[in-house]
Amino acid sequence: MPGEAHTRWERQGAEFAGALLDPDAALPGCLTSSSGSNDPRRYAVYRNNVTVSLVRAMQSNFPSIVRLLGDEFFTAMAQVYITAHPPRSRLMFEFGSEFPAFLQSFEPVRPYPYLPDVARIEQAWREAFHEADAPLLDAGALIGIAAENLAGLRFATHPATRLVRSKWAAGSIFVANRTGASTDGINAAAGEWVLITRPQFDCQVRILDNASGLFIHKLITGSTLDDAVQAALASETPFDLAENISGLIACGAFTDIKEENQ
Amino acid sequence: MLHVSKTHEGSHPVQRPAHLLRPRAGAGFKPEHLQAIVDQVPTAAFFEVHAENYMGKGGAPHAQLARLRQSYPLSVHGVGMSIGAPGLLDQLHLQQLKAVVKRYEPSLVSEHLAWSTHEETYLNDLLPVPYTREVLDHVCEHIEEVQSVLNRTILLENPSTYVLFDQCDMSETDFIREIARRTGCGLLLDVNNVFVSATNHGSSPVTYLDDFPLHKVREIHLAGHATDADSFGNPLLIDAHDRPVADDVWALYRYVVSMTGALPTLIEWDNDVPEWPVLVSEMANANAILNQLDAQPLLGRRHAG
Repeated sequence: MPGEAHTRWERQGAEFAGALLDPDAALPGCLTSSSGSNDPRRYAVYRNNVTVSLVRAMQSNFPSIVRLLGDEFFTAMAQVYITAHPPRSRLMFEFGSEFPAFLQSFEPVRPYPYLPDVARIEQAWREAFHEADAPLLDAGALIGIAAENLAGLRFATHPATRLVRSKWAAGSIFVANRTGASTDGINAAAGEWVLITRPQFDCQVRILDNASGLFIHKLITGSTLDDAVQAALASETPFDLAENISGLIACGAFTDIKEENQ
Repeated sequence: MLHVSKTHEGSHPVQRPAHLLRPRAGAGFKPEHLQAIVDQVPTAAFFEVHAENYMGKGGAPHAQLARLRQSYPLSVHGVGMSIGAPGLLDQLHLQQLKAVVKRYEPSLVSEHLAWSTHEETYLNDLLPVPYTREVLDHVCEHIEEVQSVLNRTILLENPSTYVLFDQCDMSETDFIREIARRTGCGLLLDVNNVFVSATNHGSSPVTYLDDFPLHKVREIHLAGHATDADSFGNPLLIDAHDRPVADDVWALYRYVVSMTGALPTLIEWDNDVPEWPVLVSEMANANAILNQLDAQPLLGRRHAG
């Protein structure tokens, strides 16, 4: 009740909640037990429930980071994160949105500069997993388009499509750790574009070179096909238009096309 | 009819009849069980899901639940409404719950007598409320708001607690009875919670049940608990949902249904989830107790409460 003096329950609730994520905070004074004492081991059950459930949510939301750093280190780090950035959303699959930025500044993981981008890919993957369903662009959609209209064509992006650019090999590192494969032989310093799509219910992850990355980046931000092709051709890597277009349609990146003059 | 009761306050939204759920055992739905569930002849009377897991826009979770819903009635169990919190209800969360209810047309919708938010923070646990007149008014307002937005009555679940508040105006059973009377909500009786709380507070679960408004109960929860001790060596049971239902809880369950008659009964198992046949076996234990009731008349002990 804004403006009013705090009620007893507002004061008690603030005290109870305030000590949950702070192990050094004093026990809420409003509690007791059947033995007549305010027993710290009893309140500790709530502290433990909150911490354990949120750490579990972080483990579930960032499995590749867990594998990269090991369970013990991840759990300790997640506890620091939880205290600094407790959830705002009641949906646990949305928990951890500030984790990439947290990793950027968390001193102990400084030797692993690709971690924030791997966490960004985890976020993008999870967003894609829960995004709205939508019909996919038909594989034959381009067949009937007149040649003179191709350059001005625009694509409607599927709601689950996500693109992450990393100056590290974050996509390859993500895939290896999600599939239990070795990261030996991955050059961490080789930059990647990572495309995540969800043609039906399973997310697909594609690692793209710079030309293909720029091409899809242009298309999903509303550029015409011609502008996207020009951006791809201007990059240093070779570019095959037919292969890129059919690949993007096949993986469910789009829902529709729109001709310039429509 | 055991499962349809008149509410005395005429203005409350009409509940879809609870008898849409057979008064037999159901299970909490875990996606990893979906194939085993749909491959079998029906073994569950219904499934229950946490509402929050289906508040995303689409994808696999909704496809799985839609498949399950084709074959089974559903109970939607909210864990995040924070009905007991001192602040206002979150309007976005209410609308998200409404969307889940509209999408899946569950037979039952339930929430907890608990809170889980402080200001902007979601604490992801079911925290206890003090049983005072102030909090009673507050909880009733929140339940009425939920029922008004959903346009149906909900069930409220009794909590498992580890602490007591030092200044209370009434017992937990009086508190819950008054909520049900004022708001017209039904009750979800978690028998494991009764056992856990009574043990933790050195009281008798049978005394609790004898004082509980059993005639308002529309669903029962059963789950396993872990055993710990407080600083004085007193038993401290934890509502862990990670193991089979304890023998003491089965005994209390028999006692409850001997008074209420058969009710939809959920086996809750949320952590260290076992293979599907383990849940089938727990459901069979509950059904064996419920089937026995059909063979004998009720004991004539149903409370007027």
